[in-house]
Amino acid sequence: MLIKTKILLYVAGIAALFTLTRCFYSDKQNEGEQLYTQYCANCHMDDGSGLRNLIPPLAGADYLENHRDDLACIIQHGQTGNIVVNGKNYNQGMPAFEHLKPGQITNILNYVQTNLGNNNPRFTIQEVEKQLRKCRHLLED
Amino acid sequence: MLLGLSALGWQACSQSSSETSDLPYLGERQLVQREVDGQQVTDTVYHRIPDFAFINQDSQVVTSLTVQDKVYVTDFFFTTCPTICPKMKSQMLRIYEAFEDDPRVMLLSHTIDPQHDTVAVLRDYADRLQVNSDKWHFVTGEKDSIYSIALQYMVSAMEDEEEPGGFVHSGAFVLVDQNRHVRGIYDGTDPAQVDRLIRDIPALLPKKKKKDADKN
Repeated sequence: MLIKTKILLYVAGIAALFTLTRCFYSDKQNEGEQLYTQYCANCHMDDGSGLRNLIPPLAGADYLENHRDDLACIIQHGQTGNIVVNGKNYNQGMPAFEHLKPGQITNILNYVQTNLGNNNPRFTIQEVEKQLRKCRHLLED
Repeated sequence: MLLGLSALGWQACSQSSSETSDLPYLGERQLVQREVDGQQVTDTVYHRIPDFAFINQDSQVVTSLTVQDKVYVTDFFFTTCPTICPKMKSQMLRIYEAFEDDPRVMLLSHTIDPQHDTVAVLRDYADRLQVNSDKWHFVTGEKDSIYSIALQYMVSAMEDEEEPGGFVHSGAFVLVDQNRHVRGIYDGTDPAQVDRLIRDIPALLPKKKKKDADKN
């Protein structure tokens, strides 16, 4: 009887561990895509194509390379005014996402940099945190 | 009295087509009795979009006469909308492209933020979408008129400070026939429903080609 319980506990333990690791890995891997779908795809579209001359593309956008050091702050605090992407002018404001944590911003950026037809260098959370320190003054108290 | 009235009208919520494969008439309808040659006849009066007057991106007045004898698709949005509007507009562009050369079909987008979305703002928005103002009207007007016509189209639209951008609204595309009867309501953010809308529009258009073929 005791042995049976022990085996049961053992099996349950392995199952729990398996489920947890699976969740952990898939969540980490997909978090960037999930956040992209939730916060970015409404305007930039699922494939990053943007919307005509209204909303700039992320797919194949030179802006991602030319303004790499600004990207984390743009996600956190939004953007207004005219910008040039792949030689075209865009002037639609982008809303701020002040509630996103540096880890979440890193995952979004890495999804964008390595998907949607892009093949740019990834971000580390340290790089994102460093960028965010530059624009911390924009955070509301 | 109230019971009697509500028995006269009912809500047609079903999207399913009737046995004649015609599109349904949506909204409240009324049965009206009249006498013809001493016989009682019952007519069904379908819900009809009332007369309206708004201003489009060219500062032109757009009224019920503008859409007279046209099949049109209408929606409600605002240019600074951070949520579903860009997706709706990318889907509306598909309808625009499908019927670009057919003058019997029009598109009518109402802003629900007329304070911000002036004629100049709508002009810039339409220009950036690269669409023709004869085909696709972006209209603004009195806020109350816009919100009350939204109700007629059975679309929810209202101000709400809690919502991103300050407004809550549905992503519905409403298909309206030549007599301003609502014939379909589709989710404008769902490409599959917009596919269906694009397939449904020709069912409302007169079969012109058949006649042309007969002439030859």
